[in-house]
Amino acid sequence: MTLPTHQALLIILVSAIATFLTRALPFFLFPPHKKTPTFILYLGKVLPFATIGMLLVYCLKDVSILTWSYGLPEAISLLAITAVHLWKRNILLSVGGGTLLYMFLVQVIF
Amino acid sequence: MNLKSLKKAFPYTIPVLLGYLFLGSAFGILLSSKGYGPLWALIMSVTMYAGSGQFVAIGFLTSPFDLINAFVVTLMVNLRHLFYGLSLLERFKAAGKKRFYMMFSLTDETYSLLCGIKAPKEVDKHQFYCSIGFLDHIYWIISCVLGNIIGSTIPFNAKGIDFVMTALFMVIFLDQWKDSKTHIPQFVGIGISVLCLLLIGAENFLLPAMSLILICSGILKRRLEAKLA
Repeated sequence: MTLPTHQALLIILVSAIATFLTRALPFFLFPPHKKTPTFILYLGKVLPFATIGMLLVYCLKDVSILTWSYGLPEAISLLAITAVHLWKRNILLSVGGGTLLYMFLVQVIF
Repeated sequence: MNLKSLKKAFPYTIPVLLGYLFLGSAFGILLSSKGYGPLWALIMSVTMYAGSGQFVAIGFLTSPFDLINAFVVTLMVNLRHLFYGLSLLERFKAAGKKRFYMMFSLTDETYSLLCGIKAPKEVDKHQFYCSIGFLDHIYWIISCVLGNIIGSTIPFNAKGIDFVMTALFMVIFLDQWKDSKTHIPQFVGIGISVLCLLLIGAENFLLPAMSLILICSGILKRRLEAKLA
């Protein structure tokens, strides 16, 4: 089913507001003209490192390691990315090469 | 934003371009299969600009009208964004009115680029950050609309191309690894997330993981603060 136009627009508006809120809330809670609490400043330094790790796990959350293909395509590709990136440190090469390898693995090998 | 900052930002955004072409067109195809045409794809990608958020919104658009449910579920789905804002408070501080667009455009991918790269010296850093968000936004809009129009006619076997985002986050992770004096926050992020994933399952692990990461960061404050300065 599809909703009537005005209802669909309202749904999109509300979803857009909710999305913006999750992105903007920290900036509204701690505005530039006020002194940010030191604990929040500390979080600002530590969270980027922890969050990228969390995001990586989030991307891999649906990989099943107990059933075929045991997460092997993901593991092989991530190892290859690590090796290539430590060697050349070229983002495009690492990301592009890693993705092509993964596509090859899931389409042809596994 | 000006042409110079857009040009400087462009090379960094190419992985996101590739990823969005895939994710955005997947969204466009799904939306069109539910009876919503390109204009809807345009409106949603311009105003919401959120991958998982927009996929979830297709559900709201195809079930009985319920605004409160749409609001609450979207908040929950995007809760991880709170961490992005907290991470970037200082960086966005002096950006003036541009801040609002920079907040709006903080997707997973834009956030990870902002975490992983430093603005080149020749350009104003706020212009540069803003340009990255803007370019990513444009890629997203084009991909969603294009997918909606021509998506299902593409003959190319794209299976596995969504891995491009995972690859991007992995590379940012490695760059951070090399640039930081301590790796404890990275272990905390990965370790707690894996633990929560195993204990709670893929559906609901993110909120507990975020809470535990905050608690652990608090406990480790004295140890980490000096090393992170």
